[in-house]
Amino acid sequence: MRTGNTRTKINPQLRRKYIWAYIFILPQLLYFLLASMYPIVMSYVYSFYEWDGLGPLVNFVGFANYAELLRDDMFWNSFYNALIYGVSATALTIVVSFLLALVLNDASMKGRSIYRTLYFLPVVTVSSIIGIIMNNIFGIQGFANQFLQSLGWIDEPIRFWLDPVLAMIMLILVGSWKHIGVVMIYWLAGLQMIPADLYEAAKMDGAGYWKMLMKITLPLLKPVSATILLLTFGGSLHVFDLVKTLTDGGPYHHTETIELFIYQYAFATQFGGARVGYASAAGVYLGLFVLLISLFFGWLGMKAGGDGKKSKLAGRGGEA
Amino acid sequence: MTSSKTARAIIHFLLIAVGIVWIYPFVWMVSSSLKDNVTFYKAAINPIPEVFMWENYSRAWDVANISQYFVNSVVITLSTVVIVVILSCLTGYALGTVAFPGRTAMIGFIVSLQFIPKGYTIIPLYQLVKFLGIKDSYLGLIFAESSGAHVLFILLFAAFFSRFPKEIEESALIDGAGFVKTFARVAMPNSMPIVATAAIMQFIWTWSSFLTPLVLTITKPGLKTLAVGMLSFTELYGTDWTGMAAGATISLVPVILVFIFMQRYFYEGISGAVKS
Repeated sequence: MRTGNTRTKINPQLRRKYIWAYIFILPQLLYFLLASMYPIVMSYVYSFYEWDGLGPLVNFVGFANYAELLRDDMFWNSFYNALIYGVSATALTIVVSFLLALVLNDASMKGRSIYRTLYFLPVVTVSSIIGIIMNNIFGIQGFANQFLQSLGWIDEPIRFWLDPVLAMIMLILVGSWKHIGVVMIYWLAGLQMIPADLYEAAKMDGAGYWKMLMKITLPLLKPVSATILLLTFGGSLHVFDLVKTLTDGGPYHHTETIELFIYQYAFATQFGGARVGYASAAGVYLGLFVLLISLFFGWLGMKAGGDGKKSKLAGRGGEA
Repeated sequence: MTSSKTARAIIHFLLIAVGIVWIYPFVWMVSSSLKDNVTFYKAAINPIPEVFMWENYSRAWDVANISQYFVNSVVITLSTVVIVVILSCLTGYALGTVAFPGRTAMIGFIVSLQFIPKGYTIIPLYQLVKFLGIKDSYLGLIFAESSGAHVLFILLFAAFFSRFPKEIEESALIDGAGFVKTFARVAMPNSMPIVATAAIMQFIWTWSSFLTPLVLTITKPGLKTLAVGMLSFTELYGTDWTGMAAGATISLVPVILVFIFMQRYFYEGISGAVKS
């Protein structure tokens, strides 16, 4: 660090600098404690109460909400749905975005910035609008059905949103479509970290495209890939906007994910009065689950980057 | 990497073919926004409207409240961007340039935030906004949207300022500029690429944000943002698909413009965030 920190003879100039640094940090810190830390703590507190969100917080029930959730079939249903969505959408997103990044990383590729923009477009699109558009395109009289019928591939229109399995598949496809662009950027960042001279040396040794891909690109991407997997999977478990606007959990809760389950208990009245404590407990379960997953991927990343590469990455972070 | 000309051609062909399917929903949206309701249903395949119904736009804008939602979105998004960028820039500057006591702990604290299970903090956040008495106001929405630790932006700023040449700072000091003056006159103006990165990313996030405005406008529909307003459009005017397509097109224009003109910074920002 730039300055030695001797407690006895601290010069006034330095002290002024420290004070200014604290002043600079203070607003963010206060804001953070109030608007992030407080809600995190309170969501744990609420989870121990039976509370409708309106009156005083008095009805302490201990772990009753947690226990009840474990016996709630709808909770498990939403948990499984979130997992099915998370795993499938992550797999699809990771593979397609990686292929795109490989192709679009090539500097000699013509028009690559146009392709990047084009494939990135769904990322910047508002989810609720995606919901409206997709609902229409794949509606019973929508474009997709008219198109398939005009080709003579189907006789009857497909009921995309009314079949439990098809609705989930649609959700996975649309969700992946929305996120592939941003994950592609993550991969591109990872690819650009690989030193170009490695490829040059390999080429001199007569290595072809596949050999370089298998021996250089893939192994060196391992540490980054753990981060990318974590970001993508963690994010997909929290899916809310798309589910709410595409299927709203239907048909018959078949696409209801855990965030939607929580939302319905916390804010909607269809179950007869909000149950904020119950919803909070479900949120804590989800949070803990995501934490476990993160730790697992973090551990994977450490293992993958165990040989020197990791310290380089950590060094970059340490600069900050 | 060299690959044969045929392989190249095949890749281009695939990228274009898939690309057309990829952006088809947007083409559909814009073309539907210009159709009349009959052609919309009967000739969904034909992307070119028979007559261009520009009045769909004025209908969406006036009747369906899109103008109101648009103003709400602009006010909330711009305020949030300003607040978030200022807060993370100040924090990043302090962390990047001063080795104050507690700095390492502070960085550790900020980074660890990413890993705290957030559960469903929208519930207590809603309660907090209610408690502060700013529930049904712009202030409440802006407050909620600007919350979060902005770990990414803070680290981007900190990394940038820590690499800032020390000589420039020192010469500013010799010229009699104090900490704040050096920051405002020298460091800050030079950090415009990072400011732009953070501003664009925050703009896109806030503009598309859905859950927070959905929850916070439950009791005050007049405050709805475009992202939420579009949903109630479906609920209220379920049959007016062409008007809805016009509304959807309007609400995508700002975010797409921001993205197209600033995408260089956007890519750099995301890449930087992944790398560090």
